[in-house]
Parts: sequence; structure tokens; C-alpha cells
Amino acid sequence: MRRLVLTALGAAAWGLAAGPAAADIVIATAGPMTGQYAAFGEQMRRGAEAAVRDINAAGGVLGQKLVLEIGDDACDPKQAVAVANQLVNKKVVFVAGHFCSSSSIPASDVYAEEGVLQISPASTNPQLTERGLANVFRVCGRDDQQGAYAAKYVIDKGIGKKIAVIHDKSAYGKGLADEFVKGLAAAGVKPVMYEAITQGDKDFSALITKMKDMGVDLVYLGGYHTEAGLIVRQMAEQGLKAQFMSGDALVTDEFWQITGDTGQGTLMTFSPDPRKNPAAAEVVKRFQQEGYDPEGYTLYTYAAIQVFAQAASKARSLELKKLIQVLRTETFDTVLGKIDFDEKGDVTGANYTMYVWDKGKYHELGG
Amino acid sequence: MYYFLQQLVNGVTLGAMYGLIAIGYSMVYGIIGMINFAHGEIYMIGAFISIISFLLLGILGITWVPLALLLVLLLAMVFTATYGWTVERLAYRPLRGSFRLAPLISAIGMSIFLQNYVQLLQGANVKPLPPVVTGGWVLGRDGTFTVQISNIQVIIIVLTVLLMTVFSWLIAKTPLGRAQRACEQDLKMAALCGVDVDRTISLTFVMGAALAAVAGLMATLYYGVIDFFIGFLAGIKAFTAAVLGGIGSIPGAMLGGLLLGLVEAFWSGYFSTEYKDVAAFCILVVVLIFLPTGLLGKPEVEKV
Repeated sequence: MRRLVLTALGAAAWGLAAGPAAADIVIATAGPMTGQYAAFGEQMRRGAEAAVRDINAAGGVLGQKLVLEIGDDACDPKQAVAVANQLVNKKVVFVAGHFCSSSSIPASDVYAEEGVLQISPASTNPQLTERGLANVFRVCGRDDQQGAYAAKYVIDKGIGKKIAVIHDKSAYGKGLADEFVKGLAAAGVKPVMYEAITQGDKDFSALITKMKDMGVDLVYLGGYHTEAGLIVRQMAEQGLKAQFMSGDALVTDEFWQITGDTGQGTLMTFSPDPRKNPAAAEVVKRFQQEGYDPEGYTLYTYAAIQVFAQAASKARSLELKKLIQVLRTETFDTVLGKIDFDEKGDVTGANYTMYVWDKGKYHELGG
Repeated sequence: MYYFLQQLVNGVTLGAMYGLIAIGYSMVYGIIGMINFAHGEIYMIGAFISIISFLLLGILGITWVPLALLLVLLLAMVFTATYGWTVERLAYRPLRGSFRLAPLISAIGMSIFLQNYVQLLQGANVKPLPPVVTGGWVLGRDGTFTVQISNIQVIIIVLTVLLMTVFSWLIAKTPLGRAQRACEQDLKMAALCGVDVDRTISLTFVMGAALAAVAGLMATLYYGVIDFFIGFLAGIKAFTAAVLGGIGSIPGAMLGGLLLGLVEAFWSGYFSTEYKDVAAFCILVVVLIFLPTGLLGKPEVEKV
């Protein structure tokens, strides 16, 4: 009897260890699957699963099937490194991730050391691609573009005489806020307030009172939707009638769930809506048939995996060196439209546009 | 002046919430000399039960705000108290009488367990609640700057003062309170004198959890957003408040909470929001250097 149990256990262990068949290509997406930014992890998971399913249905990559691993970094830099190591141990050749810049940057060192290709769908901090790591690419824009665009928009439209700039001390938040301030300075405008908040904090009443006292009429936040939502909500409660503006970390319905109607008129910068892209029409339709609206970074994650699949096909190899070579020279046909990368790994010609939150949905303002 | 007043309102509200949670830490420490690290999680569970109760009442069609609030308050207190009781029964009572650190480790384990339990059952996303209590008063006006206090802030402050009074009275005047104070002095001696020690300690946990539930409900109403992780930060702040006020003392917990809330509000208001936590903890360090048992704590008598 005991021997039988042992054999069964042994067989089970063998089954576990064997995992995917040897011929499969293991790729991964990594992001905040749990924690306060889990809404974005959900977008990434949905996008990645759909991409893998569609690519496999079309015959896979180099005649092999893709197998998707999902890594959860909870937007915590320490956990991101741990997840990166785990993924490396699972022999992934490509990671579509991470979401938060503060996770993508430390994780990219691990991938660089281990020779894993990384394409981030969402990390916009310039430092990600500025450090000269050859294996790092991204399909989104950069915060020096985003912050500069936001600043230009504010100056051109003349919104805000007294501007308060707040960030959440994260790589993304502080980076974006600083680029915004730089953009304002170029036009000779200086914000009346520059403050930092703590991620996870719930009470911003003291800060809002301070802004009310200074007569602030434009609040710019470098940070994520949970803090943004609470600030907007508490601004309304205290009767601070200032325009609120932030970046691409507000592109989730969860922002509106937090603010309710007080979120009306909130401005945010994001790339031109990928859902409206003709190249994405079919994929968007399939998502909607499943009852999911591919908002925010869903299609970006989808595109990152498309880029990998096409690069591998064009290089006829999974070898990192050849992949990088192809990525830098070729053009890729994705749900975001045609994409090509520059020497650093950034998308060429990325741009930003202004969105407004209106009755629970965001739509493009342009300008 | 008006600016000062508004920051005062902000600080007192925040402090009242810290105080409500801090009382739970203080009572448990006072009686069995143990820091219940799972208390922050009990507060988080209270918030979740509140939000679930609101949804249920909405489905049942009870939408008259005062009635709904009262029902949610009762439901949250009862269910959260059950959690508090269960945690004590499962994780602490079997370890009573073992060495001092065992229940502490058990409490940390319980805290991690409860966090993951809620995350698995309720998901990791934030749970929003649309504003239930709206409106407020303008206390003063200076040009365009208005000093406002919202109805929910009034409710938080009044309820906190009320509960603190009730619980202080409970401990000072009732037989249960007498039993608690006896246990505080000497568990074994209290048992010899006929006090049901297990029951007293259970009830202490139940009371602490009920207060945490009130704080959870207030947080849900005031901020409108909860997630499975809110217990961590709130727990640390409340624990700090309890230590600052003198752990083991109920008015001390309240005072510590208020002080912490005010320091945070005024530091954010007059200096920078970035370093408000640093300021709060610096004050804690200074107080503990000069008053090692906290503001209202009794000097520890070494029991031999």
C-alpha cells in the first residue's frame, strides 16, 4: 500500500515537474494581479490570454504553441524582482510586463542578466529604456512625452492660473509629475505647490484644505487611479472646485467607481484610444462578445505579445540576439497599428492626447 | 485662523478613527499583555461586512438612511465581534500560559491569514460605496475659503466620543469591567477569586472587535473605498496611537489617536504632506523617551 502511495506521489511530482510539453514556448505577462492596482493586472491578463489564444489558433509561433505564465508583482518593486526570477526559472523567453514603472525597472535587470526579452505594455517612465538594456522594449509612450504634452495643453488652453502638482513618490508618479513641471517651466509657469502623498493613504483632507487655502484651480497628479479617485472625491466634499488632471494610470472604470459623479470632467492624458484603431476592430469585437470592454492597457498587452510572435517568426529563432536585431529593424503589424522601435526600445512616433471622464466613460478631447 | 480651524476638523476626524481602532489594541494589551496584531484586519473585515450589509439592505429596499445606517452598524458589530471571538478562541486561547511570544506570532499569522482570506473571497479589487451620508455645514467663511464640516465627520466624532464614554463606564462600573480589571492585575488570582477568566478575555476581544467594526463602517462611509489591504496601515497607525497614549488605557488610546491625527493634519497643512508620517513617528519617539509608558499609561509593575 505504502509503495503504491509513494509511486503515485512520485508520478504526481513527475507530472508537475514536466509541466508544458518540451516543444512549447513559454511566455509570461507580469503585473499587479492583486493589490490596489489589480484592475490593471486584470487588463493585462485579459489582453495576454486573448493574444495567446488567437496566435495559437492561427498556428502558433515557429510551429510551436505559446504557453502563458502569469506573474503577480502587486506593483511592489521587491516582489517584481522575485516574480522575475520565478519566471526565469520557468524558462520563459519573453515577458509582456510589467505594469508599474517601479516594477518594470528592477525586473528588467533580472531579464537582462538572464537573456529574456521584455516588452512592457504600460511602463512609461523614461528610465526603463534609458539605461541601455538591449532586451527592453515598450509599446507605450514615455512620460517625457506625456508630461510635456499635458503641460502644453494646460498652457495652450489657459486652464489653471494656480497649479498644484502632486505625486505619489513612485517611479511613474514622480517621473510624470516632474516632466509636467519641466514642461510648465519651459513656458515660464511655476506651480504654486509641489507635494508628495503616500500610496495606500486614504485621507487627503489636510492636503486639500491647503490647496483650497492657496486658491488652487488646477490639480495635476502623477499617480494611480485609487489615490486619484479619493482626491477627486474629497475635493468635492470640501468644495474645492479645481480642475483635476492626471496621466494614463486613470484608464480604468475603477476610477469612476471610486469618484462617482464627482469624477465628471476629470482630464487625463493617454495615447489615442486603441479601441478605435481599425486594426483592432475584430479583436475588440471578440472581447465585447465575451462581455469585456478592452479598456486601458488590454490591447497594449495584446500588441506586446503580437510583436513578440511576429519578431520570432521573422527571426526564425527564439534567440535573444536575433530577436533584438529584428525588433530594431522591422515594422510590426499590431492591434495598435504599425509599430516600429528605435535604438532604445521605444516606439517611434508615440503620441498622447487628452481625454475627459464623462458620465462613467472616458472619451477623447484631442487638442 | 479659518485655515487652522479646517485643519483641526480634518485632524480630529482622522484622530477619532485612529482612536476607535486603538481602543481595541489597548484593551487586549491591558488584560493579557499581548499585542493583537490581527486587530487591523478585524477593522478591515468590519469595513467589508459594512459594505456587504449596505448592498443587502439595498436589495431588500431599505433605503431610508438613518435606519439603514443603524442596521448596518448593528450587523457589522455583531458579525465582526464574531470574528474577534473566533480569532481569540482559535489562535490565542490554546496558547495562553505558553511563553510570551507565542500568541504574538500567532497574531501575526492570523493577520496574514485574514488578509488572504478576504482577498480570496472578495477579490483584490477596490470596493467602492457611493456616498450614503451627504451634506454638511459651513462653519465660517473668509473670502472664498470656507470652513466645512460634513455630516459624516460629525457622526464620526460624536460616535467616537460616545463609544469611548460608554466603554470607559463599562470598565469602571460594571461587574464585567471589574472582572476585566481583576484579570488585568493577575489572571491566576482573578481565577481563584471566582472570575471566569476565559469568558472575560473572550468578551474583551468581542468588545474590541465591535469597536473596530464601527471604525470600519466609518471608514467605508467617509472614504467610500475599501480593499483587503486597508487593515495594515490603519493597524500600524492605531497601534502607534495606543502606544503614544499609553497602551492599556482607554482614554489614553483615544488621546493618542487624536494626537496622531492632529499631528498628521497640521504637519501636512503647515509643512509638507510628504513627511507627515515621519513627523508622527518622531513625536512618538520623543514622547516615549520622556514618558516610556505613554501619555496616560501606568508604570509597569514587574509581576513576580
